[in-house]
Amino acid sequence: MIAAVIQFFEQHPLLWTFVKAVVLASFTLMIPLAVIWIERKVAGFIQSRLGPLHVGPHGTLQTVADALKLLLKEDIVPDGADKRFFYIAPYIAFISTVLSFMVLPFAPGWVALEMNVAVLFVIGVSLFNVVSILMAGWSSNNKYSLLGGLRAVAQLLSYEIPMVLSVLAVVFYTGSLSLTEIVEYQVKHGWNIWHPPIMIAALIYFICALAEINRTPFDLPEAESELVSGFNTEYSGMRFAFFFASEFANNFFITAFAAALFFGGWDGPILPPIVWTFLKVFVMIFVFMWVRWTPPRLRIDQILRFAWQLLVPVSLVNLLFAIALGVK
Amino acid sequence: MAELFCHHTATVLWGDRVDTLIVIGVFTFVAILIVGVTLALSHAIAPRMPTPVKGETYECGAETFSDAWRQMNLHVYIYALLFVVFDVELALLAPVALVAKSLNAPWLVFVEVALFILILGAGLVYAWRRGALTWE
Repeated sequence: MIAAVIQFFEQHPLLWTFVKAVVLASFTLMIPLAVIWIERKVAGFIQSRLGPLHVGPHGTLQTVADALKLLLKEDIVPDGADKRFFYIAPYIAFISTVLSFMVLPFAPGWVALEMNVAVLFVIGVSLFNVVSILMAGWSSNNKYSLLGGLRAVAQLLSYEIPMVLSVLAVVFYTGSLSLTEIVEYQVKHGWNIWHPPIMIAALIYFICALAEINRTPFDLPEAESELVSGFNTEYSGMRFAFFFASEFANNFFITAFAAALFFGGWDGPILPPIVWTFLKVFVMIFVFMWVRWTPPRLRIDQILRFAWQLLVPVSLVNLLFAIALGVK
Repeated sequence: MAELFCHHTATVLWGDRVDTLIVIGVFTFVAILIVGVTLALSHAIAPRMPTPVKGETYECGAETFSDAWRQMNLHVYIYALLFVVFDVELALLAPVALVAKSLNAPWLVFVEVALFILILGAGLVYAWRRGALTWE
């Protein structure tokens, strides 16, 4: 039976790709349900309250109920909005998320598309997110949305530079742009994080990751208290849900990317590789949440100054440091 | 001989590239499909009662006085420009990083990248002194 199925898909590779795409895209939609529930529980824990409790055991079905609620919500489009861009923006956000998950290795062989330039591809594709945010902010015809969108563009683009520089330090060490090869290198030679230049790179990556997924202290693009949630103010119902889902899926992705680059991806003793990947990812997600609920928000000029005047020079010098120690 | 070489290059490069492009295409299509189907489902079951007030933009309850498409802070544009400059240079560094180890000439790589980064740094210092890195 299984052999027949395998044979069928071997004869129809396009169909097999389609199945993989559907599974991965559904996974991309399921991830936020789990991450949001954890986020609420962690937020509750940090603020000395209980978090969701009533829907399902320990409130686990709370986010599912929320998703259903959003599905039943009226889809309001402002009269003054630029309808074309308003409709397209959530599609682009979700496409960019699914495409970055496409090249992510979960375990040996568990990768939808083995690509030899995966790292560059991920950096390129994740920038589509900026396009969707700018589209949403501009087309809403709302001053707060526009401000949020412009802030988001300035912030995401600024933090992309030190992030790419710290990723390049890893590439200099491992000599590969393929995520699978980078993880296999670490399985053989030990995790990248133990090298001093990579430690600095990982720290820079961590700060930039916080900014890239709009988390406090860098949550300027959607500062609720000043911009009424920024670029997605005018979105409601399912369109909003897709922005929200791709943001939390990006949260998962950026930590999985970090796990592959710095923490040996699926590498680990006793437990199966896939468990190790998820373990590392969720530990990092927990740290992200911890940061989110601890420090206050910064100002936009402080954030940009920090990126360009501190992170970029430091990561440029760190890159040379990485070459001096890593290339032999 | 030349024909053989061309043919070989064509299959190696184009074969792989076309496959990759097809897979990317399928994934993009599925992503669009999932968003589209979900939105259609929502469209089918959600209520629709548009009123003039509902169609207004939400700006904290105050009446909207004009549209948002007016002069905006040009500084975003400068950051975007800087980003393009830096990102192109980083894209040029990626192939160097890829072959750095197999060159067996660590000092050559170091000096070359150091020169590259010095030029990049000079650009950064220039932008800094012209005040491009301060948000107003």
